[in-house]
Amino acid sequence: MSAVELQGVRKSFGEHEVLRGIDLAVEEHGVVCLIGASGSGKSTLLRCVNLLEAIDEGRILVGGDEVTAPRVDADRVRRGIGIVFQAYNLFPHMTVLRNITLAPREVLKTPRAEAEAQALDLLGRFGLAERRDDYPDRLSGGQQQRVAIVRALAMRPQLMLLDEVTSALDPELVGEVLNVIRELAAGGMTMLIATHEMGFAREIANRVCFLDGGVILEQGPPEQIFTAPQEARTRQFLQRIVEAGRL
Amino acid sequence: MARRRRAGPRVTGNRSSRILGGGGAGRSTLIAAVSTLVFFGILAVIVVNAPGWPEVRKSFFDGDIFAESLRDITPKLLVNVRMFLIAEVFILVLGLAIALLRSLPGPVFFPVRLMSIAYTDFFRGVPTVLVIYLFGFGVPTLDISGVPRSEFFWGIVALVLVYSAYVSEVYRAGIESIHPSQEAAARSLGLSRTKALRFVVVPQAVRRVVPPLLNDFIGLQKDTALVALIGPVEAFRQSQIEVAANFDYTPYFATALLFVAMTIPMARLTDWLTARQRRRMR
Repeated sequence: MSAVELQGVRKSFGEHEVLRGIDLAVEEHGVVCLIGASGSGKSTLLRCVNLLEAIDEGRILVGGDEVTAPRVDADRVRRGIGIVFQAYNLFPHMTVLRNITLAPREVLKTPRAEAEAQALDLLGRFGLAERRDDYPDRLSGGQQQRVAIVRALAMRPQLMLLDEVTSALDPELVGEVLNVIRELAAGGMTMLIATHEMGFAREIANRVCFLDGGVILEQGPPEQIFTAPQEARTRQFLQRIVEAGRL
Repeated sequence: MARRRRAGPRVTGNRSSRILGGGGAGRSTLIAAVSTLVFFGILAVIVVNAPGWPEVRKSFFDGDIFAESLRDITPKLLVNVRMFLIAEVFILVLGLAIALLRSLPGPVFFPVRLMSIAYTDFFRGVPTVLVIYLFGFGVPTLDISGVPRSEFFWGIVALVLVYSAYVSEVYRAGIESIHPSQEAAARSLGLSRTKALRFVVVPQAVRRVVPPLLNDFIGLQKDTALVALIGPVEAFRQSQIEVAANFDYTPYFATALLFVAMTIPMARLTDWLTARQRRRMR
């Protein structure tokens, strides 16, 4: 059974069809990277899995249960899926610790002391322990993004969705965030990652999917996609990445 | 988009230098002082030499009557203070409730949104005086048992209804100014919409709208004088009584000064909060 499975998923915003029939499965403990130009539908795909966007057609299964069925409690589904956004989206009026403990305390009803102990444990693992009482605007971008990852992890998700989590960072801060993701992968976290970091995708992914115009044009093991792409569009895309010095 | 702190357009100079017109401190202070003296000097000369000035001075600025009426009116100002303090508590709650009702999504809540819009349209459109009259004279006349008859009570009700309409719009602007990604982040963690609003959206919105909110409260503070029209003896009513007793308008002048003195702390607080917020936003 796949951890996540998308079957014929379609999604339009008004006239514009962003996802035009997506079939995709991520196996348990698998890491799948979505690559493709901006506007190819990567972010929308992730937001659909998390039910932040309602799909128009198709089905999405998480842990074997169809989450797009009518009368599914979306809040309950989202508890088990962590998502990290490009722009971090930390809550600016809360300390780091409160950012992390809010959902465990309010959604899972974890007692405060326990939620804070868990949060501090996670912060310690990612070298952020001394930042617990800071507000997000006191942190660097890399630190903010690592806190955002910890915030998602605090809900103990079975699945993590990462939406271009390094795209807003200064180049020298990208590494610290990628290290966190490597650690998650090593720990067996199931992840669906939209990224522009091709080197990273090649290193971490079990499978790479190239999205183009709302469909998965090509997918396979990273070696195959990056060294011997079958489709002309994939070659063209990777060529441009190489020319930009990003691979 | 990089969300790192950017060096945004900074406010240049401090406030006093902006009032004085900026530039070199010593010289511009001198120019400002001379200009102010000349301006107000000319104004004073015009007023004092007006043909009706002796008459005006006698009937608006009589020293003895001023001192006496200040003594009588000041305690009545406490009635105004009580009115707006009580009203503000209810306005903060009702205004937020109306704003939240208006933000409910989906077709099911259309009637609720419609009612909320109708409410704000109505109470912002009707002159406050009329609302005070309608409630102060209308409701007690219905003579329903258990319903208070006090004009003080109905005056506050009228002010709460009118000002909640304004304040709900302020709240709504604040809520809409919070980027949707904040709610998305909260929902993605499994928080319900209500909890996302309660813990994430509303706290940020409220912080953002404190200055305009206080601005509305300054308006409320002086509008408490309108309640005098249905009976309660507050500062303005008392000044009318003094005017009638002395055949002299000086008590009005005294009352005007009292109201200004009452609203100035709030005005300065608003300025201070606005400036602090601007510094923080950067």
